[in-house]
Amino acid sequence: MVGQAEANRVAAPIQATIEEFIKALRASEVRVSPAEAIDAHRALMEVGYGDRTLVRDALCITLAKSEEEVWRFDEVFDAFFTRDAFRPERKPPPLGEGQGAVEAPPSASELPLAEMLLQGDTIGLNQMMEAAARRARSTDVRLNTQRNLLSRRILDEMGLRELEELIQRLREMGLPRDQALADRLAERREALFDEASRFVDRQMVLYASETGRRLRENLLGQAKLTAVEPEDMRQMEALVKRMAKRLATRYARKRHRAHKGKLDVRKTIRKSMGYGGVPFDIVWKTETIEKPKIVAICDVSRSVAAAAQFMLLFLYSLNEVIEKLEAFAFSDRLIRVGDILEDEDMDSAIASIIKKIGMRPTDYGRALVDFTELHRNDLDRHTTVIILGDGRSNYSNPRLDIMREISHRARAVIWLNPEPETYWGQGDSRMDQYQRFCNVAKVCNTLNQLERIIEDVLRTYMPR
Amino acid sequence: MTVQLTKTPVAASPLASVESIIAGLAGVGYIASRRIATALFMAQHLSKPVLVEGVAGVGKTELAIATATLLDLPLIRMQCYEGLDESKALYEWKYGKQLLYTQILKDRMGESLAGAHTMEAAMDRLHGMGDMFFSEPFMEPRPILKALQSENGCVLLIDEIDKSDEAFEAFLLEVLSAFQASIPEIGTIKAKIPPLVFLTSNNVRDLGDALKRRCLHLHIPLPDAKLEERIVATRVPGVEARLTRELVAFVQSLREIELRKVPSISETVDWARALVLLHADALSTDVVRETLNVLLKYEQDIVAVEPKLNDLLGRASEVRDGGASGGE
Repeated sequence: MVGQAEANRVAAPIQATIEEFIKALRASEVRVSPAEAIDAHRALMEVGYGDRTLVRDALCITLAKSEEEVWRFDEVFDAFFTRDAFRPERKPPPLGEGQGAVEAPPSASELPLAEMLLQGDTIGLNQMMEAAARRARSTDVRLNTQRNLLSRRILDEMGLRELEELIQRLREMGLPRDQALADRLAERREALFDEASRFVDRQMVLYASETGRRLRENLLGQAKLTAVEPEDMRQMEALVKRMAKRLATRYARKRHRAHKGKLDVRKTIRKSMGYGGVPFDIVWKTETIEKPKIVAICDVSRSVAAAAQFMLLFLYSLNEVIEKLEAFAFSDRLIRVGDILEDEDMDSAIASIIKKIGMRPTDYGRALVDFTELHRNDLDRHTTVIILGDGRSNYSNPRLDIMREISHRARAVIWLNPEPETYWGQGDSRMDQYQRFCNVAKVCNTLNQLERIIEDVLRTYMPR
Repeated sequence: MTVQLTKTPVAASPLASVESIIAGLAGVGYIASRRIATALFMAQHLSKPVLVEGVAGVGKTELAIATATLLDLPLIRMQCYEGLDESKALYEWKYGKQLLYTQILKDRMGESLAGAHTMEAAMDRLHGMGDMFFSEPFMEPRPILKALQSENGCVLLIDEIDKSDEAFEAFLLEVLSAFQASIPEIGTIKAKIPPLVFLTSNNVRDLGDALKRRCLHLHIPLPDAKLEERIVATRVPGVEARLTRELVAFVQSLREIELRKVPSISETVDWARALVLLHADALSTDVVRETLNVLLKYEQDIVAVEPKLNDLLGRASEVRDGGASGGE
């Protein structure tokens, strides 16, 4: 079994490389399970390592499991396997001056690093740096501040100290030839520094990007909706979208469940007709779970302007994933916004809704009247009404009678208020009164709260 | 294209290498990218199902059909939909036949039971024949069982898996990982030759991780101009190279516009066919306007594109005349 042993010996470093690559993939949110990692190794054994595109495709097919993951995979693959360190142009000119090449002083060849630097052995240097990085545990790098420390550690592992000593000794020898050699080594050493810091940068991109982003996302989840920086908007949107999709998958569960053990006598007898009255085909009762309807009413008036943006964003994402969503927006009047959400893309939809009716003083009473006119007949026991707003009605008639009727007809009314609970009922807030007609009334001013509440809502108040 | 599925199917099969797959698929009219071919190669050699994703009309189903033709294997196709369950996917008992046989065999059963004097003895004998009616002859195999039972292997296409329920997805796991299915009355049925399985998905809903983990994943993107020209040239025999270049350039530029449904490969091919039927040898504004409904499936999209038509056509004809890259 010599061949086998040989193969194993060759495969071991490759295996380590693939494992590192998988680590890098995980860092950029491509989820790789151990089973998939094994598949990847098996795949590589099939295709070999000779053809770069083939290796890439084989890994991609076994490791990336969705469209997004495919392009993340491609990015990581390029970054990871572009070890363009020590690019050819830094290859030293062939030592044509005669003496240099022939009789390199014995002291230089003692040190592999010096030898490689002098020869411009890029492949050797690359391998050496990778090995050193492995010893220095570069894949554990997490924070920006570790950068310099890490590149120093890698250089030390490569034998920088010995190199320095060598240069020092050469200089002390004092011969012109040794001086020249020392200069050349010193020059290459600078290049080596650059290369090491570039290498560390790449490692940061590969392994540390995730930690940073996750930190950021956690912070964003807790940030007040009213105080999100413009540069975080994109990320916030992505968060909201992911949230909505997650909710939708939970919610789109199957709708028929067999009622185990309950015979549907009528259907069974009907079916037995075909078999001469012998009940061969036994039909069990099933339960139909209807898809719930959600009605969302969103306050976009001046007092909640900052939060309204997110409410709409959430509404928009929800609209993409939930089939029966009726959306309304109001400030002094109330309109149906389902079509706008349907037809336009996110930014323009939000902008045009706000332009249409936003930024005006609120009138909850008026809005509720509009709502009953538009939608009263569609409210039934399958409908869950979600209201997003602060309940500040500018001292107009709150029309609690309509609110009562809505809560009477609908399966559940849920009110999400961006203001803290102590403000409810203060000033022109009628929240304390509206609250009575809600199954749930909650404070909601961060994304995390929003997600938790909506999830509770879907779990608790959906017909089952 | 003959396949010898003898002792060494791999050596004789067109799936022996990525290059031979590309050539083989091209031979049956499917222009495959390297990644597609690699996926097929891995599927064969790792015996794993392939989950094919991509927008509608990009050639997911076509890939399975072409593979079946290439390997000269039967294609067993199962269309998924909401409410699809085991009895439609795996097997069902032939109730009618069971009933008929019990009626016909009534007398024989009476005879054989006649000798039994006590109730218990009769029961014992009945137990002896009970399973007769729940055996393979009374089973109606559905697509998955058919695939497992086929003698020479086959290509199993599970189309639009994302349209089925989660419960069905879970049911598939056993089939996909072990190529076997459990039938309570009979036991486990294992595939004689593991079928080559394709699952397609339009991403209507997210598939479970368990399913994804058991499959190789292939995402077919919309093709670049060069690949698309080759596809059109293969699919639509009568079309001129210059026209191909122009129409592909036009479609490619359409894809850059924000449309509700961008045209995919099947639309391009249909359009090319339509243009050939109309004897158009170049794209003129009138011809394009009349045939735009082949490419765009929504009224809003057509309305959005029409004002830009001249501009887009101008750019397309530049590509045609520039013509560095040749269609084949």
